Amino acid sequence: MIQYLCLICNCVEQMLDGGEVTVEESKCLQANAFIQAEIFQEFTLKEDVVGFQVNLTVLLDCLTIFGGSTVPGVSTALRMCYNGYGYPLTLFLEEGGVVTVCKINTQEPEEPLDFDFCSTNVTNKVILQSDSLKEAFSELDMTSEILQLTMSPSHPYFRLSTFGNSGNAHYDYPKDSDMMELFQCTKTQTNRYKMSLLKPSTKALALSCKVSVRTDTRGFLSLQYLVRNDDGQICFVEYYCCPDEEVDEE
Amino acid sequence: MDCVATGGNVKVLAKAIHSLSRIGEELYLEPTEDGLTLRAVNSSRSAFACFLMSPLFFQRYQAPPDHAFRCKMPIKSVQTVFRSLSSLERSVEKCRIEMNTEKCRLRITLHCKHGLLKTHNLSFQDCENLQAVFDKDNCPNVLRAQPRLWVDTVLHFPPSLEEVSVSVSSDRVWLRNHVEDDADSSKAMMTELCLSSEEFDHFAIGTQTTITFCLKELRGLLVFAETAGLPVSMYFDEPGSPVVLNVTDSVLEANFVLATLSEEAHQRNHNNNKADGPQTELPPDDFMCDDIDSYLIAMETSDLAGPSYEPPPQTSSTNRKSRLISEEEDEEVEEDSEERPPNKKFCSLFFGSVLPASPQPSNQTIQSQEVLASDSEDERPSE
Repeated sequence: MIQYLCLICNCVEQMLDGGEVTVEESKCLQANAFIQAEIFQEFTLKEDVVGFQVNLTVLLDCLTIFGGSTVPGVSTALRMCYNGYGYPLTLFLEEGGVVTVCKINTQEPEEPLDFDFCSTNVTNKVILQSDSLKEAFSELDMTSEILQLTMSPSHPYFRLSTFGNSGNAHYDYPKDSDMMELFQCTKTQTNRYKMSLLKPSTKALALSCKVSVRTDTRGFLSLQYLVRNDDGQICFVEYYCCPDEEVDEE
Repeated sequence: MDCVATGGNVKVLAKAIHSLSRIGEELYLEPTEDGLTLRAVNSSRSAFACFLMSPLFFQRYQAPPDHAFRCKMPIKSVQTVFRSLSSLERSVEKCRIEMNTEKCRLRITLHCKHGLLKTHNLSFQDCENLQAVFDKDNCPNVLRAQPRLWVDTVLHFPPSLEEVSVSVSSDRVWLRNHVEDDADSSKAMMTELCLSSEEFDHFAIGTQTTITFCLKELRGLLVFAETAGLPVSMYFDEPGSPVVLNVTDSVLEANFVLATLSEEAHQRNHNNNKADGPQTELPPDDFMCDDIDSYLIAMETSDLAGPSYEPPPQTSSTNRKSRLISEEEDEEVEEDSEERPPNKKFCSLFFGSVLPASPQPSNQTIQSQEVLASDSEDERPSE
């Protein structure tokens, strides 16, 4: 199973984090998507691990080559093939009997950033139903450059804060809320993250049904979104984000 | 100040703020013993809106105990708090508004379902008193109707239409779009509606007249009235005097005061539309020889700091019809406008600056509502 994930992971990783530029230049954010083999009608892999890199913009353009419109009842079928090292990634896209074949040149995979986010170093962890965060994220004051996250075993438990032009705002989730599926906080932690880095993750949030928020001893943030498709199958999208600056803990 | 609104009243509060946002860029907030007052004025100061939520509107209401307090803040930042009406309706159970004068923050806390707590600390500025001077009770003409009737009527006018004319006779009301004097009459489209007095809940016409005012603010109030399900009353006198749109409930009152086109402009308009039915029934204009653009809604602006308040000295209802615009003031009004150049005919404004006086802020609103335009220059030195 793991091998299956790696191939897709490598290729989709760049799809979701907004392109290799984000990962390689700012080195502050990484996004990974784990798509299970069951999502595909057919999934064959000849080698243990396959890894390559493609240009994300080109890949997205190819995937939406039929316009990406959401006409009910019309969907695009996709077949993705890769022949091995040095070969292009070939996409067969079909909609209404029209087939388009796209070949995207593959590149040597760059060493992905290792955020070294290890579950043993996790100090605080909560799992929330996404609906409650969706509302908060849609209302967040975007004039604030940062989003401050406070997790604590005591009040305010789980707090999102913004500091914008018109003042500041706090969103507090009590630990006994219906929306809170898991609350494991051992230590009060307050960290700031760049809003511009977290913004792309709201796309995954919109699709997800649950989200796990974790911070480790260094203040690194891990967001894991559980996405359930129409057939009830599950994928994960994961974001790692490094903190903006040190904040004195009270 | 500390007040708590619950349930449906949170939505009413949100709607009030949304309709104020159609008037001006800033929200003026003043808690008094009579309730929480929310006000806005447009940039050309030809439209003014005021909501008074009485203490009973709130589950808990505490006005600042000792002194008058008022502030203003960008209305956008307040709108952010009440952004989504649907989510307000769905999830907000309680809304608390607290004033922290030391930190200069207005704290709005929304208690939502599932224990979610949203706290917004908004910065604000001290401000002068903002009060339009109008006297709706002495208006000879009053129309009151359910919001549905107004909405259905206004619906017939294109969204781009800026001004609408209302003509009244003893048993009918005509509404028509106002056509600019210089508009090419062969291209202009006229829309005219006639409503019978029976359609109104209350229909009292003292003088047959025609007034013209901006539609935008009326639409703003209708958004509120429709949600609240409250009848809208229109009080007006003659062209040039402000029209007052009023929504009243046992626990809240809203007044929108709008400048109307002056007599003279109307006269021209009448001449343009001689063929129209209603106009032929109207009495001739008395003030047609005048070349001043309009009468004024008077705005008083007074300083915050003073310990006491008195009504502006030379105020009496006889002043209401005095014409107040000087060239100078006209220019000032134009400079003042940012969002949209004021229609010259609506530059009906007057600024009087009064140093505040006695510690009776709670009566201030009412007092100054009865006070009418003082026709002096805009800056009044301290008394």
